[in-house]
Amino acid sequence: MNSTRTHRRAVLTGAAALAIGGSARAQPAATTASLPFDNGERRLVAYPQKRPMLLLTERPPQLETPFEVFDHGAFTPNDAFFVRYHLSGAPPRGLDAARHRLKVTGAVDKPLDLGLDDLRRDFRAVELAAVNECSGNGRGFSNPRVAGGQLGNGAMGSALWRGVPLRAVLDRAGVRSSAKTVEFNGADNPPMRAIPDFVKALSLDHARQGEVMLAYEMNGAPLPLLNGYPLRLIVPGYYGTYWVKHLTDITLLEQDSQSFFMQKAYRIPDNDCACTPAGQPAAQTRPIGRLNVRSFITNLRDGQTVAAGRRVMLRGIAFDGGSGIAAVEVSKDGGKAWTPAALGQDHGNYGFREWSAQVALQPGDHELMARAHSKAGEVQPMTQTWNPSGYMRNVVDPVRVRAA
Amino acid sequence: MSSPSVRRLASALALAAAAAVPGLAGGQPAAAPPAYAPPAETSRLLEGPGLAKAQTYCLACHSADYVTTQPRGKPASFWEAEVAKMRTAYGAQIPDEDGKAIVAYLTTAYAATGPRTGAAPGR
Repeated sequence: MNSTRTHRRAVLTGAAALAIGGSARAQPAATTASLPFDNGERRLVAYPQKRPMLLLTERPPQLETPFEVFDHGAFTPNDAFFVRYHLSGAPPRGLDAARHRLKVTGAVDKPLDLGLDDLRRDFRAVELAAVNECSGNGRGFSNPRVAGGQLGNGAMGSALWRGVPLRAVLDRAGVRSSAKTVEFNGADNPPMRAIPDFVKALSLDHARQGEVMLAYEMNGAPLPLLNGYPLRLIVPGYYGTYWVKHLTDITLLEQDSQSFFMQKAYRIPDNDCACTPAGQPAAQTRPIGRLNVRSFITNLRDGQTVAAGRRVMLRGIAFDGGSGIAAVEVSKDGGKAWTPAALGQDHGNYGFREWSAQVALQPGDHELMARAHSKAGEVQPMTQTWNPSGYMRNVVDPVRVRAA
Repeated sequence: MSSPSVRRLASALALAAAAAVPGLAGGQPAAAPPAYAPPAETSRLLEGPGLAKAQTYCLACHSADYVTTQPRGKPASFWEAEVAKMRTAYGAQIPDEDGKAIVAYLTTAYAATGPRTGAAPGR
């Protein structure tokens, strides 16, 4: 059993499978999906402001985007954008953009207490397309399997974020020269005192890098409640764990953050591959950082039959940790030969980059693949390394089709 | 005054005016807060000896699907690590004896391969 050979697509069952089969009749909504790993059955459930999505957990809510959504453009609709929380009690109740406050305190000359109106009025608004991907996206494919949220590949999305640069807010507060770290906390609180609060941190240099953003809009609308309404941190190119939702507090520290979610959780093996031998713990770890390069074929699903002898369209998305996508290649023979795909519109280095290609398929079975190269020189691996938390999956995934 | 160039100029001016008033540029600052009424919690732990203790301690802080969606057929060491994490990292107040009973329950009740309806010839 080789984790690189597993399917990655949710297979819709029952009514949905018939719908994909192309019946002309009105289609009832699917009620379940099956992620292609053991115990991968999921219900499709509609939460507030969301369409039916794969329900991973109920308390707190965790929702995965149905993979078909990624075939419909470089931006993931708000009502299909994945949801990840850590502690019950989330999302916090009673949030109201009109009353929400953001406090900037700690090692600053002038502590701030800002409303969203202040942010909109006093700071220049910026927009940025950026991918938010869960550190554990695709964890369910880990081999051997690991504990944690058993996700397929739907814990990612790209949106056009609108807000204000964090740097401008920090400058307004007057960061003292002794400051070293910036901590972020949101309105969601642990249900019991003994449970650590979800607090994340960036180095001061990173926080002041310019593109880190406090966003109040997503794809031209207020943030959905489950995606951080009314204000969330956007950390372009970094895994979603840093993108603190319902942001209420920014604290300038003169030392490292002692938050559990920096010191103990969301850490990767501290070596070049961020990996360990399968089943082995890491001797030393570091906080997870930038997204690695990934791509997906979005218009064909594993096990599908396509027309033989004609050119078949392959289409998909690619992204990386912010250098931008240099190239996407496709293979129709399981990775032996590769041909370049055409890249779609460039929405900036942090967003999804669409790509397309055509391949001619003789009758028979074929293993289709896409492989992305980043401008930083990264390329997706053909075999997946392993780490104890199932983070940072980015292997080239095959999509097996039959041409007939 | 409706030549294409004048219309272009007019819309350019409108954009400039909007951009000069940040609060009006692309947002509705005073929209009502979203209502939140999530679906009722329906996930349940599997039957098995020790179920009551698992319900008491595990479900105090999270829904049952945190358990039921985990990989099946894992050894006791997998569940020992999870229970230990809940006690040490997440502050769960589970007495030693109850912790052992919960590990035994989890190891036994989630031993069988889970449902798998998706075709997965590669596995």
